[in-house]
Amino acid sequence: MKNCEYQQIDPQALSTPTPTPPPHQGNEPEKKTEPKRPKRKWEVFPGKNRFYCDGRLIVARQSGVLPLTVGLILVTSGLFFIFDCPFLVKHLTSCIPVIGGVLFVFVIITLLQTSFTDPGILPRATPDEAADIEKQIDNTGNTSYRPPPRTKEVLINQQVVKLKYCFTCKMFRPPRTSHCSLCDNCVERFDHHCPWVGNCVGKRNYRFFYTFIVSLSFLTAFIFGCVTTHLALRAQGGKGLVFALQESPGSAVELVICFFSVWSILGLSGFHTYLVASNLTTNEDIKGSWSGKSGEDVTNPYSHKNIFINCCSVLCAPMPPSLIDRRGFLPADESAQTGGTDIELPTLATKSEINVCTQGTKGLLESAALPPLLSTSCPQGKPQTAHPCPDISPAVNSDPSPELSTGCGAHHRASSHRDASPPRHTKTRSKKCKRAALHISNPAFDAPVSPTSPDTGPGSKGRGHKGASFAPLH
Amino acid sequence: MTHSLQDMRPQAAVAAKVFIQRDYTNGTVCQFQTKFPSELETRIDKQQFEETVRMLNNLYAEAEKLGSQSYIEGCLACLTAYTVFLCMETHYEKMLKKIAKYIQEQNDKIYAPRGLLLTDPIERGLRVIEVTIFEDRSLTR
Repeated sequence: MKNCEYQQIDPQALSTPTPTPPPHQGNEPEKKTEPKRPKRKWEVFPGKNRFYCDGRLIVARQSGVLPLTVGLILVTSGLFFIFDCPFLVKHLTSCIPVIGGVLFVFVIITLLQTSFTDPGILPRATPDEAADIEKQIDNTGNTSYRPPPRTKEVLINQQVVKLKYCFTCKMFRPPRTSHCSLCDNCVERFDHHCPWVGNCVGKRNYRFFYTFIVSLSFLTAFIFGCVTTHLALRAQGGKGLVFALQESPGSAVELVICFFSVWSILGLSGFHTYLVASNLTTNEDIKGSWSGKSGEDVTNPYSHKNIFINCCSVLCAPMPPSLIDRRGFLPADESAQTGGTDIELPTLATKSEINVCTQGTKGLLESAALPPLLSTSCPQGKPQTAHPCPDISPAVNSDPSPELSTGCGAHHRASSHRDASPPRHTKTRSKKCKRAALHISNPAFDAPVSPTSPDTGPGSKGRGHKGASFAPLH
Repeated sequence: MTHSLQDMRPQAAVAAKVFIQRDYTNGTVCQFQTKFPSELETRIDKQQFEETVRMLNNLYAEAEKLGSQSYIEGCLACLTAYTVFLCMETHYEKMLKKIAKYIQEQNDKIYAPRGLLLTDPIERGLRVIEVTIFEDRSLTR
């Protein structure tokens, strides 16, 4: 049988390093011809993300106020179960802790899923792709260097849409994709970067985010209602509210937290319900992409023109796969081909996996050096908790602000979080270290192309632990 | 899988790479342009190539299809706080496996004998179909 005689040796194959004998460990599982542990793709990921559990969990490098969110929910729910439930079970019904428990579990699970799921990050273009795109654009024969034009127009459902060129990712962004400056990634169907969950909200985790805020509204309203009932029952018989509060001080704390958060969270849920029903993203809504501001007759080309179908397509559509293949192994020749910055990244990425404290402190110093972002006044309406965002950066933060009851008040976008963050960050540093050490035992929420392995999870997690701890020895 | 195919064949020089871009005329669903690139004119039949891309488009459309099955899956997932995604393989993933198998088949039967290699779009973030053109050292059979 004649086989194709491609005899020329690929010059790139010659650049692979000759294997050296392993230093001390001879029984690494995946060792083929390389002496080093083969790297997984998450270790050389160019975006500003952190990975846990050997690449199964992904979160933004700046985790924002996620610990605060978790803390608030745990504290409020804990106080509810300790102070209010016994009384209410005795005087009303035992369904109350059950309902509360179900809502609480829902909230925590969906919060963790929103935070640790890949939001729909687009991998950066390979050098070949990038060269091809530039060639296509610059085929006028002009030899002098000129940056590619920034936009390309496409017709989507008879609507002209401009696709922008992303200089960081070196590709034309697909429609509805936006580059998050905080995470330094292009995210598909980019909604906003939410500091409360410490991650971007995009195509893959929008449904988790929506379920989170809806169930959180129910939980907050439920706790608020129960606490009010509890205090009212205690204050009966002329005893007064002060007496009731003295008897159950935890309820006072819950009352305050719930009172301030229920409005903003209900508002946010309402806003996102509107977005879901019209198949819009926060980003598009704020920029007014389809509202016809420019006077043209523009409609949303992605809407199915039917509320039910829009809702289903956003919330019930098949779960798209993660495109960044975090746990795949790097081919030996490609690790040499990735850009210069990527070669430095492995040490940074692995270090940051272990030593979250120093990473966070460094990030803190970096962010403190940044000039405060501009303070646009928020719209007065309560539902509009997301801030209007001029196109400095596409990262839009949703800001439920439980502490401030005055809508958005003077709460700027990320600037306030960054400026006000020193005390919070130092407090949460220790929590972060503990969390990195604990390795939250949720296996992958999203399955990459290779099948997930819940059964091999603990085993590979153990390997991942070892991998993380041995990495600096390389 | 296409990587292993690449490793198995003796190292050949890459003459060029052609990228088939996405086609957004129907929105954000994953579809690729069926326009036949000029660099492949000497290597493969236009009908054949367009048939491959059309088949891939159909497979991706089926993966993302909004039908009663996906609604039921979605509602069930929501009721269980999406924890079913940890245990079950989603419809999309099943389709991706099918697609990978199809591309492997196409490579083995049609493209490899012509000195071409299709890269699964999932390895390029579903942005492009990368067609690698190898230098032709001998006549194809």
